[in-house]
Amino acid sequence: MNTQTTLLDPTAELKPVERQLLPRLASLDGSTVGLLDISKPRGKEFLDEIEKQLLEMGAQVKRYSKPTFTRVAPTELTQKISVECDAVIEGLAD
Amino acid sequence: MEQPSNINYALIVKKDCPTCALIEPVIGKLAKRFTKDLEVYVQDDPTFPQIVDAPIDDTSLEFSYRNQIEVVPTLIRLGDEANSESRIYGWDKKQWQEFTGIEDLGSELIDFKPGCGSKTQDPGMDEILALRFGDKILQAREVELAEAEDEMEACFERGWSDGLPVVPPTALRVMRMLNGTNREADELIGKIPPDYAPCTIEKLAINAVMAGCKPEYFPTVITSVEAALQDKFCMHGLLCTTYFSSPVLIVNGPIVQQIGMNAGVNALGQGNRANATIGRALQLIIRNIGGGVPGGIDRATMGNPGKYTYCFAEDESDDSWNSLAMDNGYDRKDSVVSLFAGEGLQPILDQQSRDAASLSKSMAQSLRSVVNTKLFGLADAILVVCPEHRRVLMNSGWSKADLRNALYEELKTPGSKIIRGANGNAEGMPVKFEEKILDKFRDGGLHIVTTGGKAGMFSAVIGGWVASGERGSQLVSQKIR
Repeated sequence: MNTQTTLLDPTAELKPVERQLLPRLASLDGSTVGLLDISKPRGKEFLDEIEKQLLEMGAQVKRYSKPTFTRVAPTELTQKISVECDAVIEGLAD
Repeated sequence: MEQPSNINYALIVKKDCPTCALIEPVIGKLAKRFTKDLEVYVQDDPTFPQIVDAPIDDTSLEFSYRNQIEVVPTLIRLGDEANSESRIYGWDKKQWQEFTGIEDLGSELIDFKPGCGSKTQDPGMDEILALRFGDKILQAREVELAEAEDEMEACFERGWSDGLPVVPPTALRVMRMLNGTNREADELIGKIPPDYAPCTIEKLAINAVMAGCKPEYFPTVITSVEAALQDKFCMHGLLCTTYFSSPVLIVNGPIVQQIGMNAGVNALGQGNRANATIGRALQLIIRNIGGGVPGGIDRATMGNPGKYTYCFAEDESDDSWNSLAMDNGYDRKDSVVSLFAGEGLQPILDQQSRDAASLSKSMAQSLRSVVNTKLFGLADAILVVCPEHRRVLMNSGWSKADLRNALYEELKTPGSKIIRGANGNAEGMPVKFEEKILDKFRDGGLHIVTTGGKAGMFSAVIGGWVASGERGSQLVSQKIR
């Protein structure tokens, strides 16, 4: 494994070197938002409230859950969310 | 004999050198005579030479590099005046005796034994030492990866790749690439579209590393960029188009053999590093430096596989057939890169023609299909003649000019047959051309080049961009310097 590798920037250096966030949604109206329950206690109640508010703002909501909070989401689940949703909110803690 | 105290000596040795081992008694004598006025530097093993109390560890090679040591042993004498340094190297008894003023120095040794290469001269060492101890040459922003980050994946994630793995551009690899040219790293070569970002030789080197180029390919890469920046190539427009086209590189001249490009079997296919990586380097330069990213400025409807790399060399094995570069005013001994805004490869199979007149008809029929059989004068084209077809043409006594004239003649078509609506097809030439006889290609719009294996009667067409000519892109050539 590498310790610290330094590479030279091949670009014209017009953008910051830090990786950029993906573009944000301009509006929730008409968009589909996924709510991912990571399967910690009380996640459901918290996400129920989020869902309620999102629906009031005109978004559609799809619910997902990880099999266990101890591991990263299975590839199939992340692919499913990326295909079905415009954005995702992940319930990270109890 | 007393030495004046304003003279100092430095001796550079390595244990692995038999000459250094041979002169160990000499070193002992010098140490005794000059005491603190002699410093002994050792490149590989600081316990050598044992006869000296405290040899100086130069395993980092810093002293050797800074003093440009090429041979061990080297004995340097420094006087107190500026530029009064002098040096001797290897073992030449008489020379050492005169240089040190010690008449019986090494009298028990053989008269002469050449030295060995300094460790600074080991393959690949020069760039390592230049990075460590030399003037700072590289100006590009440094991107530090996280400790556990995979360097190949890091290049993908930062958007630097064309979709295939790239060679991670470390400073050492870039230094080695820069050694492929005698041009300065900070030389500005121009502004790369579409962002028109100022571009240095160093930035080109970084991308050439990523493309997988060897340093010896680098001058060809630089030249391809210079060609792309020629106004009449219209790189910016070519990048933005919804059409298929992208730069096609064709290389002529002695450089082809020097760097091992393929102008033979499978010349337009995979498998040759120079062909593959030179073409890829140009594409990466446009992507990374110019900012021309698919879906961004690059709006191609489909693109074409040549947008990864599209680069080949011309077969110049027959002196009596002019090369593409010669058609553009260069000499056969010039090494030249030509760029054409093209796409794909349309085969022309003709295994029956045994004379040029017949063969040219096959070629003309295929050339008619460029863009659309009913659209004339829109796109240029390259006719890629295979060696067997070239033989048929030459056996009929035809030159390239004869072939081109015959093709233009064969392709002349009455406007009435190809105007919009003709043959029940809405596409075609504007109705105003109904009474005209039309040429498929504008003057100077049909280029002819030879490449490929010796077996197979298969030539090909590389169709051009629909904005060919002065309103768009024209084939450009640039000499490699």
